[in-house]
Order: sequence, then structure tokens, then C-alpha cells
Amino acid sequence: MSRVDGAFRIAVASGKGGTGKTTVAVSLAVLQAQQEEPVQYLDCDVEEPNGHIFLKPAIEETEEAGILIPVVDPALCDGCRKCGDACEFHAIVVPKKAVVFPELCHGCGGCLRACPTGAITEAFRAVGVVECGKAGRLSFVQGLLNIGEAMAPPLIRAVKKKIQPTGLALLDAPPGTACAVVTTVKDADYVLLVTEPTPFGLNDLKLAVELMRSLGRPFGVVVNRACGDDSVRRYCREEGLALLAEIPDDRAVAESYSRGELPLDTVPSFRRALEQLKETLSAACEAVGR
Amino acid sequence: MKQIVIISGKGGTGKTSVTASFAALARKSVLADCDVDAADLHLILQPEIKRREVFRSGHEAGIRVSDCTGCGVCEEVCRFDAIGRAEDGATCFVRDMSCEGCGVCVSACPVGAIDFPEREGGEWFISDTRCGPMAHARLTPGGENSGRLVALVREQAVELAKERQADWVLVDGPPGIGCPVIASLTGTDLAVIVTEPTLSGAHDLSRVLDLAQHFHIPVALVVNKYDLNADLAVRLEKEARERGAFLAGRLPYDGAFTEAQRQGLSVVEYGKGAAAEEIKELWKRIREKINHE
Ligand code: SF4
Ligand code: SF4
Ligand code: SF4
Ligand code: SF4
Repeated sequence: MSRVDGAFRIAVASGKGGTGKTTVAVSLAVLQAQQEEPVQYLDCDVEEPNGHIFLKPAIEETEEAGILIPVVDPALCDGCRKCGDACEFHAIVVPKKAVVFPELCHGCGGCLRACPTGAITEAFRAVGVVECGKAGRLSFVQGLLNIGEAMAPPLIRAVKKKIQPTGLALLDAPPGTACAVVTTVKDADYVLLVTEPTPFGLNDLKLAVELMRSLGRPFGVVVNRACGDDSVRRYCREEGLALLAEIPDDRAVAESYSRGELPLDTVPSFRRALEQLKETLSAACEAVGR
Repeated sequence: MKQIVIISGKGGTGKTSVTASFAALARKSVLADCDVDAADLHLILQPEIKRREVFRSGHEAGIRVSDCTGCGVCEEVCRFDAIGRAEDGATCFVRDMSCEGCGVCVSACPVGAIDFPEREGGEWFISDTRCGPMAHARLTPGGENSGRLVALVREQAVELAKERQADWVLVDGPPGIGCPVIASLTGTDLAVIVTEPTLSGAHDLSRVLDLAQHFHIPVALVVNKYDLNADLAVRLEKEARERGAFLAGRLPYDGAFTEAQRQGLSVVEYGKGAAAEEIKELWKRIREKINHE
């Protein structure tokens, strides 16, 4: 597994929330680190990052991430409205002089370019923080979105800037299929879709598969909490999808998880399933990585 | 008419199952599924679609290769890394699903080679269900502006509720704390937060409480699967209460949640298991609480 511009990137995603995405991503990272292979875990679920609960990293470095937003100098603004016309997001309006709505601004710089009088300059606005550290041998990065902040993608981009030049990068993606997921997975070398064998799980898996196909990402499926319901298995077969592992349903896993303990260390059947997943996953990655 | 949003911070806590049960219990309600990028409520309520509309989610740049001189201006001005260069280097193109729709490149291109059509970002629907009318949507996977689609679904639900003189608008919100959650939450009368007693659940609960506080929305807390870790359940309730939340109740770890789902029923309609009775009590308490205020 290798890639020219940095670490090999595996994103762990799921249409539905709460399917065990973080448990899988963290466990894979830990298994990898235990074998002394260089690995980095990046929590891109910046709205609700949870990987730190299991990894308990020592944070060594914290920096703000954000966007550049316009600042208007009223003394120079003549109210021509060119900025308002240029903004696609209604984030700058001109009643008499230009007024900015920072929480609507995407930081595109369109208004700055449009303003003929030089009344607009730009200032940094933080949307969250990026924290970097170490959990044993594992290198850890997470984004933490500020409360009340709508826009996760700029923060996710900042998290991804921390991807190391070599080794393996495991990206824990946000749930769903909207823009935050796209920002996380769009340049991944491989995507792991974690689901559960329930009607909700299957429905949301189908949406995630549709997304992976339109992004052209190679991907495989992991069924968590596997039980008698074989709907997901059947779907994978019909669609010709790679089913990489099934993690058996076990209340002990849920209890271990509830205490913030990785079931890797406490539930043997879970460990076996994850070891198997690591094998099938690296075979699948070899196949796409060339 | 009162608007109640059911959210969770963390995904997979049983939020949609609780919403569906409330829908079955509430008389004269309108439903809104605002989890537009992973909508599941329709699997339980099996809506019959009455009206279907395209969701236009802004614009998207597209370069006409025949007119592009390859000057690279667009690549330079785009702050979203959405423009790439063709393999032969002669022209530029807009990367799939990367364009933020800001239009900066469109006006910057010296030869006017960039089109900027409206993009279809999904669909929204008005439907009938056995539990009342429902507004819902399907964001095209990878779609932009999910917050705007959420706002639209909510507006439709409120309109419907006025028309039908409904007492309740029940909103199934998305996980997280970002833009679609904010769009689901603002202006509601009560946020019912469904959490679970796990350390992840605790962490996410704390953030979603912050969010509700930020927008001054009163909170009712439901701890689902409380018996997974009863000590932690107590701690979560304590934290929430200290922060002004109303404790609506607890639900046990109950296989009936999944079984009901498999049969296309809400937990209360399915009727088996300990959770069904508890949810009825929950709804009663929430109803009384909100009517009291
Ligand atoms: S930077 Fe872009 S989004 Fe922000 S106000 Fe200016 S034009 Fe609007
Ligand atoms: S474009 Fe410049 S001068 Fe014109 S209204 Fe905007 S800020 Fe003022
Ligand atoms: S600015 Fe216009 S001409 Fe120049 S590379 Fe971009 S599309 Fe082509
Ligand atoms: S419209 Fe904006 S985001 Fe899209 S390609 Fe042009 S500059 Fe980039």
C-alpha cells in the first residue's frame, strides 16, 4: 500500500450513525500500531468526535482552524452593492453600507474581489480547533467544531492537512451522506462502510454506496452486530460488493463501549472479527493500491 | 401548535424509533423528517407521496473545455480546491462534488468559459401516513446545503400544521451539532434529546446540550438503553438536570426496537417489550410539561 502524495488513506464511514464506525476505526488503528506499523488516526467527525475517548491521547499541539471572512471599512464603503451581488450565500448585504453575517459566510473571497473601493479586507474567523497528539505509538489528530458553528468542511480540511507523509492514515468520517462526508472521503484510497443488519442500517448503507459510486471510491462493507438478519449480506451479494467482515452481535461489546473501553481488549469474539477485517482490508487495499 | 424536535448528538441512540412512537401516540400531529441525508422515518411510517418537488441547492461551476485557454486563473481563485488540470495540462476542469457554488471562478475567468447552472440537490415530499401528514426529503448523496433542505422541510411541515390545525409538529432531527441540526433546532418549543449511557453518548450529550442552550431551546432528556450502564445513566441525568433539562424518563435496552423496525412499526404499535409502555409514559410527561408552559 502506498501513494505518491502521502500516507495511504482509509476512510471509515457509515450512512447511519451509531453503527460502530468509531469502534472499528479505532480498533484498526490500534491493531496496526500493535504490530509496529506506522499509523495515524484522524477524527473527521468534528461535530461529535469520539475516538479520543478510547485512545486517550496526550494532546501536544492545538491550533485554531477557520476561514477568512470579509471586514468592511465603512469609511471606504460607498454602498454600491457589488459585494452583495457577488455573494451566493447572502452573507453580505448592503442596506446603506455593507454588513457581513459571519455565520453565513463560506469564506470564498468573492466580495473582496468585487469591491471597487477597497473597503473590504479579510480577517480570520475560527470555526473550531485541530488537536494533535500521541496515543502510545499511534499518532492522533482530531477536529472539534465550535458550538453553534454550522460549517464543518473547513475544519475537516484542516484536519486532513495533518495527514503524515508515509504509513497509513485512518480517517473516521462523520455519519450521513452530506458535504462533510464528501470532504472526508473524496480522496480516500479506500473506504470502509460500517453498517448493521437492520432496515435503517440497510437503507442508509444504500445511500452511502450511491455516494461512493458517484465519488468513484473503492469501498467494502463491514456488518456490525451481525445476527440472523441476512438482509445486508444479501444486498452485498446482489450488488457485487465486497463484504469484508461481520462482527457478531454481543451485549458485552456494548457494555465495554459504554465504559469507554475498546472491546478489542475485552471481548475475544470482537478481536477475532477485527483481526480478520484487518486481513481482508489490507488485501482489498493491496488490490486497489497497486 | 407546538414544535418538538427529537435529536441525539450521537447517532444510533434510537431517536427515530422514539419519533415514530410519538407520531403514533400524538393526536393531530404533522411529522417532519429532517435527517435528510440518512432519512429513516419513512421506513416506519410508509408515507404515500402526494407532492414531490426538486430541491435546488444553489449553483455549480462547469468549464466548457472548448473555450478554456488553460490560463489557470480559476484554479488560483478557487478557495475550495475544486478545480483541477486536465492530464495534458491544456485545460482546467471542476472536480466532481467539490464545488462550493461560490461563483468566484465564473466572474474571474477572462474568457467567460465557465457556466454556472443551478444544481439539483435532491427532492422533497409531502405525504400522508397513518400517523398524519409528513414532510420529508432525500438529499442527493453528497449534496450541498443540507441545512437549507432541512429548513425547507420544516417550513412545509409548519404550513401543513397550520392548514390542518394540528397540535404538534414532530421533527426527527439529524445527528451531530452542525448546520442541519441547527436548522432543525432553531425556533422549536422543545428539544427531546435521546441519549445512551456510554462515554461517547455522554460526550455528545454535553455538546448537544450546549447547542440547545446556545439557541435558548428548552430540553427534555430521554436515556435509552439505560441498563447498559446504570451508573452512567444517573450521571447523565444529573448533568442534564443541573443544566436545566427536564428528565422525561428512561428506556431499557430492548430488542423490540429492532424487531418493530423489521416489521415497519413503531415500538408502541409493535406493543411488545418493556419499552413500549415506557414510551407512552414519556410522551405523556412531555405533553404535560409542554402544555404547562
Ligand atoms: S467571502 Fe464569499 S461567502 Fe463570505 S461574504 Fe464574501 S462573497 Fe459572501
Ligand atoms: S462592494 Fe465595497 S463599496 Fe460596494 S457596497 Fe460592498 S463594501 Fe461597499
Ligand atoms: S479561468 Fe477560464 S480560461 Fe482560464 S483555466 Fe479557468 S476556465 Fe480556463
Ligand atoms: S464556483 Fe467557487 S467553489 Fe466552485 S469551482 Fe468556482 S471558485 Fe471553486
